[in-house]
Amino acid sequence: MVIKGLSLEIQKGEIHVIMGRNGAGKSTLANVLMGHPSYEITQGSIYFQGIPLEELEVFERARAGMFLSFQYPQAIPGVQVGTFLRKSVQAVRQDNCPTNRQLRDEMKAAMKILGVDNSFLARYVNDGFSGGEKKRLEILQMLMLKPKLAILDETDSGLDIDALKMVADGINSIADDTACLVITHYQRLLDHVKPSHVHVMIDGTIVKEGGPELAIQVEDKGYDWLEPANA
Amino acid sequence: MQFKSRIRAMIGLSQQMHRRGINMSQEARDMSQEARDAVGDYRYGFHDPENATIRFDFGLSEQVVRDISEIKNEPHWMTEMRVKAYKHYISRPMPDWGNSEMLNSIDFENICYYLKSSKGSETDWDEVPEDIKNTFDRLGIPNAEQKWLGGVTAQYESEVVYHSIREDLEEQGVVFLDMDSGLREYEDVVKQYFGSVVPYSDNKFSALNTAVWSGGSFLIIPEGVHVEMPVQAYFRINSKNMGQFERTLIIARPGSSVHYIEGCTAPTYSTDSLHSAVVELIAEEGSHIRYSTVQNWSTNVYNLVTKRGIAYRNSTIEWVDGNIGSRLTMKYPAVILKEEGAHAEIISVAYSGEGQHQDAGSKVHHLAPNTTSRILAKSISKNGGRSSYRGLVKVSPKAHNCKVSVVCDALLLDADSRSDTYPTMEVSNQSCVVEHEASVSKVSGEQLFYLMSRGHTEEQAMGMIINGFFEPFTKELPLEYASELNKLLEMEMVGSIG
Repeated sequence: MVIKGLSLEIQKGEIHVIMGRNGAGKSTLANVLMGHPSYEITQGSIYFQGIPLEELEVFERARAGMFLSFQYPQAIPGVQVGTFLRKSVQAVRQDNCPTNRQLRDEMKAAMKILGVDNSFLARYVNDGFSGGEKKRLEILQMLMLKPKLAILDETDSGLDIDALKMVADGINSIADDTACLVITHYQRLLDHVKPSHVHVMIDGTIVKEGGPELAIQVEDKGYDWLEPANA
Repeated sequence: MQFKSRIRAMIGLSQQMHRRGINMSQEARDMSQEARDAVGDYRYGFHDPENATIRFDFGLSEQVVRDISEIKNEPHWMTEMRVKAYKHYISRPMPDWGNSEMLNSIDFENICYYLKSSKGSETDWDEVPEDIKNTFDRLGIPNAEQKWLGGVTAQYESEVVYHSIREDLEEQGVVFLDMDSGLREYEDVVKQYFGSVVPYSDNKFSALNTAVWSGGSFLIIPEGVHVEMPVQAYFRINSKNMGQFERTLIIARPGSSVHYIEGCTAPTYSTDSLHSAVVELIAEEGSHIRYSTVQNWSTNVYNLVTKRGIAYRNSTIEWVDGNIGSRLTMKYPAVILKEEGAHAEIISVAYSGEGQHQDAGSKVHHLAPNTTSRILAKSISKNGGRSSYRGLVKVSPKAHNCKVSVVCDALLLDADSRSDTYPTMEVSNQSCVVEHEASVSKVSGEQLFYLMSRGHTEEQAMGMIINGFFEPFTKELPLEYASELNKLLEMEMVGSIG
C-alpha cells in the first residue's frame, strides 16, 4: 500500500503543489491518476469532472483532458517530435482540432516560450535528449494538448536555472484555464510558479496543507517536524 | 529546409492514409465471407479468374525448359544456357542452412513453371486484358505511374503485360524493357552481362531461375544520364501453385544514376506458390543505383531470390529491401566492391508474423582499396514469427583502408517470437575499420503507457513504436511507398494486442 487516506480536490485556475521526500508516494499518486497499469486501486475513488476515473482507459483520460508530465519521459526512436505532437493533438483535441495552419502557429508560440527551435521537431521523441530537453518536450506537449488537469511529476528536477524558468513560464501560461498538480521536492520552482495550495505528503498521505508559506517552511526546516509522530 | 519539407510531407501522408482506410473498408465489404476468411487482413489477397493463353502442366523437366525457350523464340545460346542451368539445378542439393524444414516442404512437382495470360507486353493500359488491368488498377499502379514514376513494367504470372517509359527518358537513351524484349532487341548486351554477376551455378535457386526465367526488367542508363523519377516494376502472381521466375538486369553506365523500385503481391491460397528471381546490377564508374523492394507476398509464397551487384570505381549500389510478406524468404542482397572508392549501402527491414520466417540479410565483398559499406538490418517478429539476419562481409587482402559498418536491430513483440543473427566477417586486411552492433529489444510497457497518456490507443501506440523502429528504412523510400508501408504495418498491428 503506497497511498492511503489521501483526499484532494483541485479546481480550474488552482495550482496545487505536493511536496515530500523520495518514496513518500508522490509519483505513485501521479501515475495512479493517469492510470499506470502497475498500480491497483483497492479502496477509494477518484473523479475527474464528475466521471469516476476507474471507468476510463489511459487514452480516454488523456482525451478527457488529463495530462501527465513524466518524471522519466520515454524515448520513442524513429518518431519525430513534430509528427508526435500533431498526432497527439489530433487524438486529444478531437472535438475541436486545429487546422494544420493553426497547429503550426500554436507550435511556434509554444516553442518560443520553451526556447527551442524548429530542429527540435525533426528529432526523435526523447531519443538522445538531455534531461533538460526531455522536460521541455513534456511542457511543449502540455502546451499543445491544452489539458484541463495537468499533473507535473518532478518536472523541475535536473534543470538548470534557465530551463527551470522556461518550464515555469510554460506552467504559468496555462495556469488560468487549467487545474495544476505540481509534484516536487524542491522549493526553487516555487520562486517562479505561485501555488494556491501546498500539501506535504509523508508515507502515502497528506499530513499538512497550507499556502505558499508552507513550502518556505519546508525548505527551512525539512520534513521531520511534520512526521505524524512529531506533530 | 529538409526537415520542414519532411514534416509537411508527413501531414499529407496521414490524410492519404485516412482516405485509403475508407476505401479499404469498402473493399473489404465487397469481399465474400469466404474470401475474407481466406485472406484475413492481407488486402491484396484477391484473385482474378484464370484466363491462361498458355499454361504448362505442373512439374519441371528438360523438355519444359526447352519449351519455354521455344515459345519465346530465343537464340540458341540462351536455350543451351537454360538447359545447362536446369542440369545444375537438379544435381544441386537443397541448401542445408536457412530454414531447411520449410525448404524441403516445397512441392516442386506441384508448381506451374510457365503461365501466360495475355498476348504480349503492351505500352497502353487499354490494350491490357481487362481482368489484368483491373488488378493493377486495384494495386494503384497506373495511378502511381501518372503521378510520380519515370517508367513502369507490370508482370502478371510469367510475362510482363505492360511496360512504358516517359518520353523524355527515352529521348535521353534510357532503355527500359521487359527482359524478354531486352534479349530480342539488345542480344549482344544481354549475352555479355546475363549471368555475369549471378552465374547459374551460384546456388540452387539461381540455377532454377536461369533454367526457367521469364519476364523481369532490362534497364540501361546511358552515360551521364540521371533518371530523376523512380522507375518501377510490379510483380503479381494470380494463379494457384504458380512459379514466378523473373530476371532483371540493370546497367548504369559511367556517371549515371537511377532509382528502381519493385513491389510484389499475390492472392492468398491454401497451396504454395514459388517466387525465385535473379537480379543483376552493374554500376560502372561513378554511377549510382538504388534498388528498393517492398516485398508483400501472401503467406503461401516461398520467396527465394538472389540479388547481387558489381560496383566499379567510385560508384554506389544501394539495396533498400523490405520483407513484409511470404511464408519463407531467403534473400541476401549483395554488392561486390570491385574497384577503388566503390560504396555499398544495404538497408533492410523484415517483418515476421505467424507462420512466417524472414531469413534475410546482406553480403558485401570488398575487393579494392578505399571501398566502404554500410549495412543496417532491422526486424520485427510477432505471433511466433521468426526473423533471421544472415550477413557476410569479406575484405580481401588487397582492400586497404576499407570501412565496414554493420548494425542489426531486432524487436520482439511477444515471447513466442524469435530473432537470430548470423553475422560473418572475414577480414584479411589489417588497415580496415570494421564496426558491428547488434541489439534485441522488446516494446516496453512504459513506452506504451507514455504514448497512451497522450491520447493514443494501445494499438495506435504499438503502431507508432513499430513505424518508428522502421523509420530509418521508410525514410529512404519515396513518400508514396513509405506511406503504403506504414499503412501495411499498421494493419498488421490490428488485433495483435491481446
